[in-house]
Amino acid sequence: MPMGFLSDSDRITVITGHYGSGKTNLAANLAFRLREEGKEVTVVDLDIVNPYFRTADFSRSFAEAGIRLIAPVYARTNVDAPVLPPEIDSVFFSTDHVIIDVGGDDAGAFALGRYSAKLKAAGYRMLYVLNRFRYLNGEEQEEQELIPLIEAASRLKVTALVNNSHLCNETTAGHLAEGLEFAREISRKTGLPLQFSTAPKGIPFPEDEPCLPVDILVKAPF
Amino acid sequence: MAERILMKGNEALAEAAIRAGCRHFFGYPITPQTEISAYMAKKMPKVGGLYLQAESEVAAINMVLGAASAGVRTMTSSSSPGISLKTEGISYIAGSDLPCVIIDIQRGGPGLGGIQPSQADYWQATKATGHGDFQLLVFAPSTVQEMANTVFDAFELAEKYRMPAMIFADGMLGQMMEPVTFPEREPEISEKPWAADGHKGQRTHNIINSLYLQPQDLERLVRERFERYDVIKKTEVRYDEFMTEDADILLVAYGATARIVKSAVVEARSKGIKAGLLRPITLWPFPSEAIAAAAANTKAILCVEMSMGQMVDDVRLAVGGKQVDFFGRTGGIIPTPAEVLAQIEELARR
Repeated sequence: MPMGFLSDSDRITVITGHYGSGKTNLAANLAFRLREEGKEVTVVDLDIVNPYFRTADFSRSFAEAGIRLIAPVYARTNVDAPVLPPEIDSVFFSTDHVIIDVGGDDAGAFALGRYSAKLKAAGYRMLYVLNRFRYLNGEEQEEQELIPLIEAASRLKVTALVNNSHLCNETTAGHLAEGLEFAREISRKTGLPLQFSTAPKGIPFPEDEPCLPVDILVKAPF
Repeated sequence: MAERILMKGNEALAEAAIRAGCRHFFGYPITPQTEISAYMAKKMPKVGGLYLQAESEVAAINMVLGAASAGVRTMTSSSSPGISLKTEGISYIAGSDLPCVIIDIQRGGPGLGGIQPSQADYWQATKATGHGDFQLLVFAPSTVQEMANTVFDAFELAEKYRMPAMIFADGMLGQMMEPVTFPEREPEISEKPWAADGHKGQRTHNIINSLYLQPQDLERLVRERFERYDVIKKTEVRYDEFMTEDADILLVAYGATARIVKSAVVEARSKGIKAGLLRPITLWPFPSEAIAAAAANTKAILCVEMSMGQMVDDVRLAVGGKQVDFFGRTGGIIPTPAEVLAQIEELARR
């Protein structure tokens, strides 16, 4: 298992976190990475909270890569209706690696609660994505406050943290170091293990830590 | 050094409003601006402010009218269909000479339209935000940082000229995340001797009203308001220019579209085509003189918008008899830099 983030035992990975913490970019990168390793991959876009910047935006590149996408019925249309497709249940009968990209905050995690019993029966890991630079100074406690809210809304438990700290196209190695320090602090305070970090490709990650180099896939059209 | 963080445009607008001294926000949800309300709901109680989700957009704008009458900094936000609902209240606010800030994160229209980005409310914002002879200050930021900065200016100028100010953006700017640093800027909150905030037996009543039964009174007031508009047209015009000095092809675009156009201009320059961009930052007052100056020696002028071409008439007026071409996508479709580049190349061949 390379560097602790792609375990075969974790067939179903649920990605949660603060609104805008980078869940979708992480989900897409994990999906492509798993697919490159020859695995069968299904991505579930479970975001019925925000119609912008979502995993369903990658439908074409997923299809080209042979990744199966299950998205809300009206995703990427002009209909803003929170409708989940029955196809989602198929992930509990398949042997694919499944990545479930959940909507932000506890509001987004609410839809996940619908599948809590099935996920508990099938086994899952639930990652909580952090980005140090999404918050103003002095608001770090919000992360600790949000985790139990997401757990209550989804009726599932966060099993590990992912440090996805970055500052878009201004990210430097210094930011990554600061983000790692922040993630370790949250890990200490919550007792949740820090499973791995991400680093935009080309920016050196400062320490000998599990790190997933990521492409910036979620971006504006200019 | 001030902290640099990642925020969505909507969140940056809300945070900047709080920092600019706004403590009274009246909201109603609509995609793609709902994060403003959500942010205010979360943060206002922590700073001793008021967040109120009204029963409708109409109610929210009338609450803004009430709060503005009492002299406090107040704001509401919505997206296109919701702004249509607010227009009656906006007209009353303008007719009562009250300052406030209104945010419009546009989506596709008409009607319920769609939820993707659009700029199809230019006419509404600059020409017809309700009935009667009046104007709004209309700011069109094009980055998350500029959105944050503009909030301070919008409040200050709204108070200076006693009129509503609109921050006019779109779903892309509202939803996209970018690094932002909040300005280290103390809000300049002016004295409001006109406010209906209690005379305490010390002065006569202040009356906030937009109803004048004597036409002579109403005409006098409207004329006085338009004298203020003339001052604004002379002193508050804002725009940005990019490679216009030697441009053969002048592009005019605002907001998110200006960033797409800028990418296309850079690409055109790399192909030896002298393109340049003039980006209006205030849509009212409109930078007519700057556009005329930038267009003085160009061979072609191209207006690019996420609409069927609503700003193009203002550009035509600015440049007198010259031909102005237009390219746009609408209905929630964002033009790509490649599409704009193709238009520039076609004009270069002409």
